[in-house]
Amino acid sequence: MNKQLMYGTYAIGEAAIQAGCTCYFGYPITPQNELPEYMSRRLLEVPGGVFIQAESELAAINMVLGASVAGARVMTSSSSPGISLKQEGISFLAGSELPAVIVNIVRGGPGLGNIAPAQSDYFQATRGGGHGDYKTIVLAPASVQEMADLTFLAFDLSDQYRMPALILGDGMLGQIMEPVVIPARKKKKLPEKDYILTGARGRPARLVKSLILDTRQMEDHNWKLVRKFQRVKQNETRWESFLLEDAEMVVIAYGTAARIAKGSINRLKKEDPDIKIGMIRPITLSPFPEKIIRETAGKVSDFFVFEMSTGQMVEDVKLSLEGRGTVHFYGRPGGVSPTPAEVARIMARHYPQSKSTGKK
Amino acid sequence: MKKVYSRPKSLKKVPMHYCPGCGHSIIHRLIAELLDEMSLRETAICVPPAGCAVLAYNYLDIDMVEAPHGRATAVATGIKRVRPDNMVFSYQGDGDLAAIGTAETLHTANRGELISVIFVNNAIYGMTGGQMAPTTLAGQITTTSPSGRNTKTEGPPIRVCELLSTLENTTYLERVAVNSPANIKKTKKAIKKAFQHQQKKTGFSLVEILSSCPTNWKMDPLKSCRWIDEIMVKEFPLGVIKEVKC
Ligand SMILES: Cc1ncc(C[n+]2csc(CCOP(=O)(O)OP(=O)(O)O)c2C)c(N)n1
Ligand code: SF4
Repeated sequence: MNKQLMYGTYAIGEAAIQAGCTCYFGYPITPQNELPEYMSRRLLEVPGGVFIQAESELAAINMVLGASVAGARVMTSSSSPGISLKQEGISFLAGSELPAVIVNIVRGGPGLGNIAPAQSDYFQATRGGGHGDYKTIVLAPASVQEMADLTFLAFDLSDQYRMPALILGDGMLGQIMEPVVIPARKKKKLPEKDYILTGARGRPARLVKSLILDTRQMEDHNWKLVRKFQRVKQNETRWESFLLEDAEMVVIAYGTAARIAKGSINRLKKEDPDIKIGMIRPITLSPFPEKIIRETAGKVSDFFVFEMSTGQMVEDVKLSLEGRGTVHFYGRPGGVSPTPAEVARIMARHYPQSKSTGKK
Repeated sequence: MKKVYSRPKSLKKVPMHYCPGCGHSIIHRLIAELLDEMSLRETAICVPPAGCAVLAYNYLDIDMVEAPHGRATAVATGIKRVRPDNMVFSYQGDGDLAAIGTAETLHTANRGELISVIFVNNAIYGMTGGQMAPTTLAGQITTTSPSGRNTKTEGPPIRVCELLSTLENTTYLERVAVNSPANIKKTKKAIKKAFQHQQKKTGFSLVEILSSCPTNWKMDPLKSCRWIDEIMVKEFPLGVIKEVKC
């Protein structure tokens, strides 16, 4: 496909279609309504395409479970309150080891909150979200192009590891328009879906469940999920480094916050070319790129975490650093998107004094 | 000697965990007989509930997926839309279908999903130990209605078939019981009809089965059967509630 100007939500939708997604189930909620609307149109053109506007997010996520166990590539999307409702279903998907792609276009909270871009669902997304011991794959795009690219990746990882994959965006990424190229699907070699339900013809009956009454077996299952996630961590952790080589301070931010932070770094550099601020932008929030952060602590002692929340990812940064370095935090929760100038001001304040060039 | 009774192929050779006199085991057997007789074993996909029948997969030898409590029809919707040629049915209790899962039940029926629902109405929450269900009778004592269900504050029992009958896309709704040999025969016929409606793609089909829970009713199995006849059917009249010819 040629380069075209597209909304972030449409980029996810089109990438999903190209990735072979044939089923979408969802319930309207701002700021992501453009995605179900897009899917309702596009799935009409896909052979066997299924679109249902469900009666609730509860119903939607369970339709996802049904379509997934029947063997389809399936997606649902929502925004924060709706994602809360889906959590029981996500826990069932994880427990039953079923793939599914779940998009959260995060808005300000808690409660009904507002409809402005926020990053307040980081904990919910990266700690499993629902009940029980499990984790999901969480991908954080920072551009419309990445909305598309990470959608392809989400479907592949979810199928490969048989676990739900979340795309954590926000109202800004969902609603901006940017040039994007939606590539054709590169078919990856994925494990055969030998667990799906098709009717027991010529084979023993299959059973997909998460109920394990025997406590020892349940424990084994829990550890199995942990081992699986360790493989994900080893093979699939992704991040972007920016000006990291000679940095005196490293900014850590993801998604929209990373875009703002990049603007702030460029701004400070323009004012003072000797200022040395780099950035690590986690692309997978779960698994979290803790190794690169820990390694960086050998060369840099100041870390600046910027989030559009009261401070959630900053805990993972501290855990990664294991006490090394100093962590500065700046947060704007509630749907506020600060300007690069504002964040630059705070960054400059935390830039190590001894390294400051003194130029203005 | 002529063989007149044997285990259906679709029923696994294991003892069931249900209490003596429980209706679930009879209903399982009827389903298994029909899967054999209608040659459905190789296309059937069942979605059992959270409820006493959560372990139905230990007994029915067909493809199965477990749903969260109340969401069986949403899961069945997802399956059926992806695999329209399979025989997809859910098996749900009254708490599952008419309390926590009411929205899913209503909207699956309203969309006319081409699935069949086996709805086991035992007027109580069996699995969790005998609490009040949406179908608990007026005045009935349960562990959470110790002075009997008060219809002024807890509402009267919900008649699911009648409720769903107003929806255009429901095409077969029948209420039956498994408390006597004659009624068991009728139940089998009703389930067969529901499956046929699904095969002919007429619309949403549901069979409501009045079924005893001697343990939580605190009655012996025989008295439970009588209670269905004498008390329960007064609130839940048996018969075809709605049928659109297929
Ligand atoms: C979200 C959730 N809430 C509550 C439960 C506990 N629970 C399991 S089965 C059940 C009700 C069972 O009653 P019913 O559906 O009538 O089926 P029966 O056991 O009588 O056959 C409840 C409340 C659960 N599993 N999940
Ligand atoms: S508790 Fe009731 S419904 Fe459950 S198995 Fe026993 S008799 Fe059957």
